[in-house]
Amino acid sequence: MEGWDPTTKSTLTQIPLLTVKAGPRDGAAWTQRLKEEYKALIAYTSMNKSKDNDWFRISAANPEGTRWTGKCWYVHNLLKYEFDLQFDIPVTYPATAPELELPELDGKTHKMYRGGKICLTVHFKPLWAKNSPRFGIAHALCLGLAPWLAAEIPILVDSGMIKHKDDAVSTSES
Amino acid sequence: MELELKAVLSDLQNLNTSLSDPSHQASIDQIRLRVENLTRLAMSEPTRRSKVKDMSAEVVDSNPYSRLMALQRMGIVDNYERIREFSVAIVGIGGVGSVAAEMLTRCGIGRLLLYDYDTVELANMNRLFFRPEQVGMTKTDAAVQTLSEINPDVVLESFTLNITTVQGFETFISSLTNKSFNQKKEGTGVDLVLSCVDNYEARMVVNQACNELNQTWMESGVSEDAVSGHIQLLIPGETACFACAPPLVVASGVDERTLKREGVCAASLPTTMGVVAGLLVQNTLKFLLKFGQVSPYLGYNALKDFFPTMAMKPNPQCSNGPCLERQKEYMLIKPARDAAAKAKMEEELSTIEIPIHADNEWNISVVDDCEVDAVNAQSSDALPEGLVHELPTADVYKHPTVSNETVDTVDDLEDLKRQLEALNAD
Ligand SMILES: [Zn+2]
Repeated sequence: MEGWDPTTKSTLTQIPLLTVKAGPRDGAAWTQRLKEEYKALIAYTSMNKSKDNDWFRISAANPEGTRWTGKCWYVHNLLKYEFDLQFDIPVTYPATAPELELPELDGKTHKMYRGGKICLTVHFKPLWAKNSPRFGIAHALCLGLAPWLAAEIPILVDSGMIKHKDDAVSTSES
Repeated sequence: MELELKAVLSDLQNLNTSLSDPSHQASIDQIRLRVENLTRLAMSEPTRRSKVKDMSAEVVDSNPYSRLMALQRMGIVDNYERIREFSVAIVGIGGVGSVAAEMLTRCGIGRLLLYDYDTVELANMNRLFFRPEQVGMTKTDAAVQTLSEINPDVVLESFTLNITTVQGFETFISSLTNKSFNQKKEGTGVDLVLSCVDNYEARMVVNQACNELNQTWMESGVSEDAVSGHIQLLIPGETACFACAPPLVVASGVDERTLKREGVCAASLPTTMGVVAGLLVQNTLKFLLKFGQVSPYLGYNALKDFFPTMAMKPNPQCSNGPCLERQKEYMLIKPARDAAAKAKMEEELSTIEIPIHADNEWNISVVDDCEVDAVNAQSSDALPEGLVHELPTADVYKHPTVSNETVDTVDDLEDLKRQLEALNAD
């Protein structure tokens, strides 16, 4: 795991791995996979809360579990910046990772593809490919979104591209 | 408009001759010049050409196909006009796909199916095809607008959708199988799919669709540093599919560690994209019209002007289910195919005198004879110079070493959903 910071590494190893190789077109096998996705997300969310590092909310937006929506946030200079988070489970999942989107930031940073899809580091795709099908949504958030927010939000704030909401809560309240 | 302006000119002429006072001469001349200017402008107004019923080989300025039909006269292509029977699907109408679409349109292709979910942006203007006044339009609409003006003979169908989503994929599959254009065609409704997308995820989706449909396709790509690219022919069961081995890309020779990625996702050049689009459509024309050699893989290293080639056999351990099915089918028909190919070759040998240097000395193709080994695919020993795998192979799956006992044993989906929602609630 060259190119990852120690915190990301240690967090990653604590997220349960998945075993079912199934995508959204695989019927009953996909339901089995979905159960594993939930277990991994439950474990990851609980772990974040216990470490006082809660940073996202995500839930399935349709009964098939192929579209997910929620929020993610990042604290910079004691201020909390929160964004809508959404993604679709691609038909070739889990061979390919979901493309995580922050639609509110579309067009505000070069580290983003059209539609607000975040531009992942050169380290993400190789690690995902190596670990397919054992990585799931929780792993994608941990390896893809968390480092992206940590790298890009301070730049976006400092350059004035994003402004803190006047009525936003401070970290102590969250 | 032109007639009106002509009338004005002749009125001016009459006025000029009827006036005896020469002091008005200068201003009349000025008006005449301005009317002549307007006439020229009016004549350059765009005119739409009408559709052509048959491709003519007649060499006249008004024939849009004369130079293409000359390929037939010169003996390069047996029957150029067949191009009107072919349907080509282009997935991704960006820097490569839009140019490929224009090339095929100018070549008089029968039908084009265009897929993209994006809109035209000013940031696209460093590439070819799209124009600033099209900013804000969907790429598919903008492409149809331009292509139908260039050649109204081409049947254009456009799909504004994301093929990686479940719904988008269903529409993609059904559009490829639709045979309304040529009901007699065997297999799917298209002759070739061109993948001109810019990411691994979408390529894997095109691969999935083409493996399921047993559809031959060509993949194209330009590196994120804009200085290399490649095209690849994929015939399900016969050649490696896109999932058989990690994707092959051209090594640009730039050290990844020295590549500065701060603040950027990808660079792009109209030149590299134009070259790759040209290579892709050249291979397409050769494949459809059956002339020359169709390249199985052709790389382009812009920094060194180096073009590595190779061929890849399918991986019997491919992770893609439909790929394995196609491989089985291909093995079943292989003896008959080989016999037919041999008979054809013998027939050609008896009729054509083969030049002594039959194997082209410039052909630097390195055919990878050993089966692409999924385990050893990471070592680039088997790869020709200048090519590397873009991603590692999936590790052989081992059961997680972490004990599962601590994990909740709940196995009901609704229960799990509720658990996550409860966590999400605080
Ligand atoms: Zn395969």
